[in-house]
Amino acid sequence: MNTACTIGSLTLKNRVLVASGTFGYGNEVSAYTTLSKLGGIVTKSVSKLPRQGNAPTRIAETASGMLNSIGLANVGVEAFVSDKLPFLRTLDTTIIVNIAASSIDEYVEVLERVDGEEGVDGYEINVSCPNVKDGGLNFGTKCDMTAAITRALRPRTTKPLIIKLTPNVTRISEFAQACEDEGADAVSLINTLVGLAVDVRTRRPKLSTITGGLSGPAIKPVALAKVYETARAVKIPIVGIGGIMTWEDAIEFLLVGATAVQVGTANFRDPDAGAKIAEGMAAYCTREGIDDIQELVGAMQTAAQATAPGFVAAR
Amino acid sequence: MRVTSIRPVADETYALRFHAPDLAAALKPGQFLNILVSDLSDPLLRRPYSISNIVEEECEILFSVVGKGTGILAAKRAGETIGVLGPLGNTFGYTKDFETALIVAGGIGVAPFPLLTAQLRAEGRAVQTFLGARSASRVVRDGLDNLHVATDDGSEGFHGTVIGCLAQWLETHEAPAPRIFACGPNAMLRATQDFASTYGIPCELSLESEMACGVGICQGCPIERVEGERKYALVCTDGPCFDSRDIIFHEFHA
Ligand SMILES: Cc1cc2nc3c(=O)[nH]c(=O)nc-3n(C[C@H](O)[C@H](O)[C@H](O)COP(=O)(O)OP(=O)(O)OC[C@H]3O[C@@H](n4cnc5c(N)ncnc54)[C@H](O)[C@@H]3O)c2cc1C
Ligand SMILES: Cc1cc2nc3c(=O)[nH]c(=O)nc-3n(C[C@H](O)[C@H](O)[C@H](O)COP(=O)(O)O)c2cc1C
Ligand code: FES
Repeated sequence: MNTACTIGSLTLKNRVLVASGTFGYGNEVSAYTTLSKLGGIVTKSVSKLPRQGNAPTRIAETASGMLNSIGLANVGVEAFVSDKLPFLRTLDTTIIVNIAASSIDEYVEVLERVDGEEGVDGYEINVSCPNVKDGGLNFGTKCDMTAAITRALRPRTTKPLIIKLTPNVTRISEFAQACEDEGADAVSLINTLVGLAVDVRTRRPKLSTITGGLSGPAIKPVALAKVYETARAVKIPIVGIGGIMTWEDAIEFLLVGATAVQVGTANFRDPDAGAKIAEGMAAYCTREGIDDIQELVGAMQTAAQATAPGFVAAR
Repeated sequence: MRVTSIRPVADETYALRFHAPDLAAALKPGQFLNILVSDLSDPLLRRPYSISNIVEEECEILFSVVGKGTGILAAKRAGETIGVLGPLGNTFGYTKDFETALIVAGGIGVAPFPLLTAQLRAEGRAVQTFLGARSASRVVRDGLDNLHVATDDGSEGFHGTVIGCLAQWLETHEAPAPRIFACGPNAMLRATQDFASTYGIPCELSLESEMACGVGICQGCPIERVEGERKYALVCTDGPCFDSRDIIFHEFHA
């Protein structure tokens, strides 16, 4: 049974990656899981300079979800190369470096700094973080900016370039199309949804930044709809993200058109979640007599009337 | 892990034990566990609990019921299971150059101290324990030495804050080579920090923070540092125990 897939020039051994910001740089959780069972690790967003992140409180739990306003706290590209990459390099899995920046020049600088380094297999470009003042959503909600970032980065590397899109827009597929047109190898979606939670005793917002990014099972239906919409607009692979906790969740994403998936918040409940999901998907294929998991991609059966683009309003 | 017993120890407060020989052998005072209370996705995240005691092959946590997660825990019965991740965090990392331990606990902040007390006893140190609670019915006494109780409503002991109680005791008693160990709500920890700096007593605080992972991968549990390369430390992996001189409570720490 074949679980592998390709994204640009890269072959992943299976279709489960761990999502940026939910797995650190791998070393923190190596005691709790077998990293080689993952299709790949997407690193915490790396920026040019270290970022301290937002003030506390950065996390609030919501119904079947959580809000975060981490603010891209990260070690910066130099420390990433000197302190984090040596460990990642030793792993028998694909390493995708996620890059965040507050200008196009900064994206280019970070990518060029790591491109020659051994152990870096590809890039995911975060144009969609809702929790930072500079860059972040300002880029990801403007189609021409998303296109310009892709255009600037494309000629600078031969490695796969994946653009990570935000759901906080009206039509995400337009953004995916712009990325495809500019030569991106894939798009990943979704990043977190903007959300808010209030403490009724203190009448204060639970997060220091007032709003934050919603993730977890609560966002899965939104993510599935965005992947479905995008799959019908682009030919490049889609990496589906949002609320995946089990192998069944992951298969749902493949059925609506994702080539691979990323597991995020589930890692906080169980750092072994990604490995378990990859195993569960493989076992499902074996049980169902599926020779190549690719058969599932986009294989959702729909009745003829459900073909309206975007979404179908509930009655 | 299999729950072996659960018993009420004060109003709305329980001691829960579970069988875990490996953890029991590894856990040190000050460390915590991240507990998955339910297989369902609401509550979604694990809940951190201090390790309060170790009895042979069993680990004990103390908790107060405040919301969904602790409500589910309180309903657990012997034989049921909970998911436990640990040992997590650092330990009370005191140097050995003190003679008198002054333990200061607010509410369920008492949780880490039975185990610390056991260690201090084994080392032959003097221990004085100052407990603050809303009222007498909320006071947890198990496993602690030389108790001094302060209650908000005056229903037992000193009428006022636990820091008032400590200050009064220190006026009339000798405490050779003291060191403070404190755990409780942030307002109390802040007051303890001030008290320790005013009186020049070395002090360790065990902090709480919202946590998603407990293992350093989410960056969700920062506490501001006084100095250092990084502006924030992570409560889960750099703490939860900190030297009181090293940290700054933020305005959002209610
Ligand atoms: C390192 C560490 C060790 C801890 N050790 C213990 C322990 O030994 N025993 C124990 O009882 N608790 C301990 N806590 C706190 C405990 O994790 C929380 O009380 C618990 O997560 C609340 O879960 P819940 O689902 O019942 O409440 P939720 O449903 O999440 O919240 C219910 C209500 O309680 C409030 N609340 C939530 N967390 C806290 C908190 N930490 N303090 C005060 N109010 C809160 C919320 O704002 C809300 O209004 C510790 C926390 C940390 C970070
Ligand atoms: C605590 C936290 C930190 C995150 N940090 C990043 C980040 O640095 N870069 C990024 O592109 N996405 C980040 N994300 C978004 C996730 O990668 C993912 O897109 C999102 O959480 C949805 O997936 P999930 O529901 O499986 O968690 C973060 C999410 C969380 C919960
Ligand atoms: S709780 Fe996730 S980093 Fe501390």
